[in-house]
Amino acid sequence: MATVRIPTPLRKFTQGKEEVSVAGGNVRDLLANLETAYPGIKERICDDAGAVRRFVNVFVADEDIRFLENLDTAVKDSDEVSIVPAIAGGR
Amino acid sequence: MSERAHVLDPHGAPAGVALAGALAASNGRVDSILDLVGNTPLVRLRAIEAECPGVEIWAKCEFANPGGSVKDRAALRIVRDALARGDLRDGVRLIDSTSGNTGIAYSMVGAALGVPITLVMPENVSVPRKQITRAYGTELVFSDPMEGSDGAIVLARRLVDEQPGRYYYPNQYANDSNWLAHYHGTAPEIWAQTEGRVTHFVAGVGTSGTIMGTSRRLHELGDVRCVALQPDDAMHGLEGLKHIPSSLVPPIYDERAFDETMWMPTDEGWDMAERLEHAEGLFVGHSSGANVAGALRLGKQLAAQGRTGVVVTVLCDRGDRYFAPLRWEKHYVW
Repeated sequence: MATVRIPTPLRKFTQGKEEVSVAGGNVRDLLANLETAYPGIKERICDDAGAVRRFVNVFVADEDIRFLENLDTAVKDSDEVSIVPAIAGGR
Repeated sequence: MSERAHVLDPHGAPAGVALAGALAASNGRVDSILDLVGNTPLVRLRAIEAECPGVEIWAKCEFANPGGSVKDRAALRIVRDALARGDLRDGVRLIDSTSGNTGIAYSMVGAALGVPITLVMPENVSVPRKQITRAYGTELVFSDPMEGSDGAIVLARRLVDEQPGRYYYPNQYANDSNWLAHYHGTAPEIWAQTEGRVTHFVAGVGTSGTIMGTSRRLHELGDVRCVALQPDDAMHGLEGLKHIPSSLVPPIYDERAFDETMWMPTDEGWDMAERLEHAEGLFVGHSSGANVAGALRLGKQLAAQGRTGVVVTVLCDRGDRYFAPLRWEKHYVW
């Protein structure tokens, strides 16, 4: 299972956990399994059509999936997947 | 004019704050770049207000400040007040943890006044953010990229604790100079520019300086309904704005200062930012888009009730501050 890093504003869905382990061969499956384990979280990451929201970035092993194959990007068990709001540090 | 403002002013505006009319009187000449902070133009958004007949929508062009954002106002007032109190003096550097507009504003003000500035930011902030602040001679200290902006705050506080005599840490979230810049600047400017016709003011909450100071003064000047706008969720993309229920509440934030809170989805703000580019020729950041989206909501409410109104909001900065990182700088900060 891949390790998924959860940003602070979504930790209310993961009982405060910063990292969770989720199965899935690609980002699409991984997000579906994340939703099964932590109901409500996917709606904050993806829009109604299932695409990653414009202001959310998903990284697989430090690569932005928008520069890879988006939701079809392959995920290995050894990969770390990060979900990051697209705002740069703030203020 | 500024002398008269002093007499009328319960909080005692320092010299240089009440500049209204000074630029016009000087035939376009000023002594310092800092004289160009504030007194920003007010632009009417005719394409946007077409959706709410009978209601005017106007926006303060804060991107016209010399540092490029609304933050110039707070930074200038914070530095001037700290110099007056002696918190900033020879041998003392201003330090803050910011890679955003406040850091640029401090850098510009510091360069113009000869006040050395140190900014702490995560090592992985985008290259342009480092270049802009460095261009002004600001000292940059980098914190652990894995710890995000919180890591920068922690490191800044540690540096201050280790060498308290070397640094002044202004903390814009708790600094009254922040909201007073808007109390003495933004609000009376709006009142004068609308000739007292303003009926509504709406602005997003970041440090809350803009909404606190502007609302307090507009309430004193007339019957103006003031609306604080916040992202509708903790997970949002409205940079510079704060979702207060899930954040550390800024000490200067006080709900009694305004009349209403409006919750703004990220998509509505982003869509309006794009619309402003195409429909008004205004390339502004996402927080500006959210502010105008909020103004339009107010306008539509008024129009639906058959009422007229003059709604004023704020364009915080330009859109070119937010070009997406290029692939080789793809590491974002969080």
